[in-house]
Amino acid sequence: MNTKSVMITGVGGQGTLLAVRVLGNMALRQGYDVKVSEVHGMSQRGGSVVTYLRYGERVYSPIIEKGEADVILAFEMLEALRSLPYVKKGGRIVVNDQKIDPMPVITGAAKYPEGILEKLGERAEVTVVPAIEIAEEVGNTRTANVVLLGSYAKTSGIPKEEWLEVLKETVPAKFIEVNIAAFERGYAL
Amino acid sequence: MKKLMLGNEAVARGAYEAGVRFVSSYPGTPSTEITESIVQYKDDIFAEWAPNEKVACEAAAGAAIAGARAMTCCKHVGLNVMADPVFTMSYIGANGGLVIAVADDPGMHSSQNEQDSRHYAKASKIPMLEPSDSGECKEFTKAAFELSEQYDTPVFLRLSTRVSHSQSLVELEERAALDLKPYEKNIPKNVMMPAMAVKKHVIVEERQKKLAELAERTPLNSIEDNGSEIGVITSGISYLYAKEALGDRVNYLKLGLAYPMPEDMIRRFAKKCRTLYVIEELDPFIEEHVRALGIPCIGKMVSPGKEKFSYLYEYTAAMIRKAVFPEEAEDEAFAAPEAPMRPPVLCPGCPHRGTFYVLKKLGLTVSGDIGCYTLGATAPLQAVDSVICMGASVSAAHGMAKVRGEEFNHKLVSVIGDSTFMHSGITGLIDIVYNHGANTVIILDNSITGMTGHQDNPLSGKDIYGNPAKQVDLEMLCRSIGVERVVVADPFDVKNFERVVKEETAVDEPSVIIAQRPCALLKYVKYEGKCCVNPETCRKCKMCMKIGCPAISWKEDGEGGHIEIDQTQCNGCGLCMNICPFGAIEKH
Repeated sequence: MNTKSVMITGVGGQGTLLAVRVLGNMALRQGYDVKVSEVHGMSQRGGSVVTYLRYGERVYSPIIEKGEADVILAFEMLEALRSLPYVKKGGRIVVNDQKIDPMPVITGAAKYPEGILEKLGERAEVTVVPAIEIAEEVGNTRTANVVLLGSYAKTSGIPKEEWLEVLKETVPAKFIEVNIAAFERGYAL
Repeated sequence: MKKLMLGNEAVARGAYEAGVRFVSSYPGTPSTEITESIVQYKDDIFAEWAPNEKVACEAAAGAAIAGARAMTCCKHVGLNVMADPVFTMSYIGANGGLVIAVADDPGMHSSQNEQDSRHYAKASKIPMLEPSDSGECKEFTKAAFELSEQYDTPVFLRLSTRVSHSQSLVELEERAALDLKPYEKNIPKNVMMPAMAVKKHVIVEERQKKLAELAERTPLNSIEDNGSEIGVITSGISYLYAKEALGDRVNYLKLGLAYPMPEDMIRRFAKKCRTLYVIEELDPFIEEHVRALGIPCIGKMVSPGKEKFSYLYEYTAAMIRKAVFPEEAEDEAFAAPEAPMRPPVLCPGCPHRGTFYVLKKLGLTVSGDIGCYTLGATAPLQAVDSVICMGASVSAAHGMAKVRGEEFNHKLVSVIGDSTFMHSGITGLIDIVYNHGANTVIILDNSITGMTGHQDNPLSGKDIYGNPAKQVDLEMLCRSIGVERVVVADPFDVKNFERVVKEETAVDEPSVIIAQRPCALLKYVKYEGKCCVNPETCRKCKMCMKIGCPAISWKEDGEGGHIEIDQTQCNGCGLCMNICPFGAIEKH
């Protein structure tokens, strides 16, 4: 199998690290060689955060380069737009419809771009997920990451039961229930 | 059993399997998770957060002299702090085994400079191993301890951000059963004064020769002959980028032992290649060596304009492919759409926001330091004037005040975090007191080491395991060195905080303001409710936007616009309520 590349992009604090860890453990379970690249430190303080997952027979670089991502899971609209050069032509983007103004927009130095979904659609197949709304209904807005994961899982070709097992292995014990609920809602979309 | 592990976790695992008994470090991205992961092996390894890297290295050195395998871990700039014991431990040797793990940060994801730590290996005459992925992180850590014991030398393990913070597969093995080596009083070996050091230097140079011989035969260095006319010498993460870019179309010489280098092996490898590339991030460390052997190669040290590789930032596979096979240049990548930048910011509820709001309002010159609060330099607060390194906010302000005089000093403060103050701010403050300074130092006491992800420190009252520990009394500490004016103030009580800052900067003696409020991300910090703007009473003066809270923004609505507080981001800290002159922000 050729190496598959999944990019996860969002804003520091949105829970991208957990999502990429679930994906990494899933690829490992499938018997692939796996590389996951995370971001720690200063960018986690509300900056753009990009993590990568690559899996296949033998994976060398942990980094996804422009035009290489089969799938992008975007936790925020502007970050989806920023990551667009990385998606393969005809690849997939699963995007949370949440908008978080970056500081240059808040201070008035820049404008939050419009027509993001159209721009994404020109290059990739796009699924829009109201992840925050669903996470709120489930009872914890911090599970928006898992809602998004559920939405992606449905198209992954891997049985739901396996996803749930990996999810249980990866999230802290006391949050398993709410995360499963979030996953199910994302999966059902 | 195979496990997906961060490079840093794999180093910790390697230390565990190598029989390590003692680890002392100071946190620093991207190295922090090594020591954090050591905590899980608490039955076999004693781990600690030291006040700074120099102390950490000396503690590990002591453990090694006492007969144990010991490790210290730091980021590249942390190695600068520990350089003093490192250079002399090269003379003393390692006895039980001493490994110094150092993580560089090409691309400066979370650092103030982009230094290449490999120079330290050469300068201190200490061998350096450089793994490429998590599997190698574990294996090389174990190999480092073997080398350390066998050659009686400290050994560097050099990582970089993408090695430290990438996960890949690691095969787990059992821990080696190692006894403590006997402790012997040995003055010629362990007391470095001139008469002994003179003799020890000779031994170090002999060791250098032996290590150079080892470099020729160690499996850490490997040649991958793919029958190509093109050869690539590389190491660390650059090897993986090169493999990704060039696959089996070139031959590789991978240097797992980054220092000393295998000269014969390099000569043999070069002889077989028509074209030789050296691919390494940051400085031309390998390339200089290859050129010194009289071997022509292509890297970054060629006449300007003809260089193939950069001294700057991280490499990519695409960039390497373009350099080696330019004729295969792919179509220009899809042009990036216009998207405003998203720089990191102080979190919603961050206690530092109150401090910087006041400092900016008073128009003070702010000598800054390393931590989350370095972000006080970003818009819209832009309250910080200079940042050099850990602890420099205090000592640099002392120099500023001495040359610019009293009037300047009345408008000058240092701003330093609690953990950073313990790291190396205290010595600067002693300088001020001792040398007739009159500076005002603001210690941002948020009860934790913030930027690196919440490590305990001597002021937090807990050790690395979360167990209760003796807590340094910050107020008493400052008083004990001769600071007579020490005030504790809450930075969210902006009116009082402003009064205190005005008062303390006005006096002509040293003073310390302890700005006390815990980090908003600490689990026990919970504010009731969330802040909302009352549209009836809001006069749209935008005062609340001056604090740079990422939850507060101005929304156009076709009716002149309005202030909105994002409820998913707001943590209810209430600082904006204290700023609003019209009481238009309420809790819900």
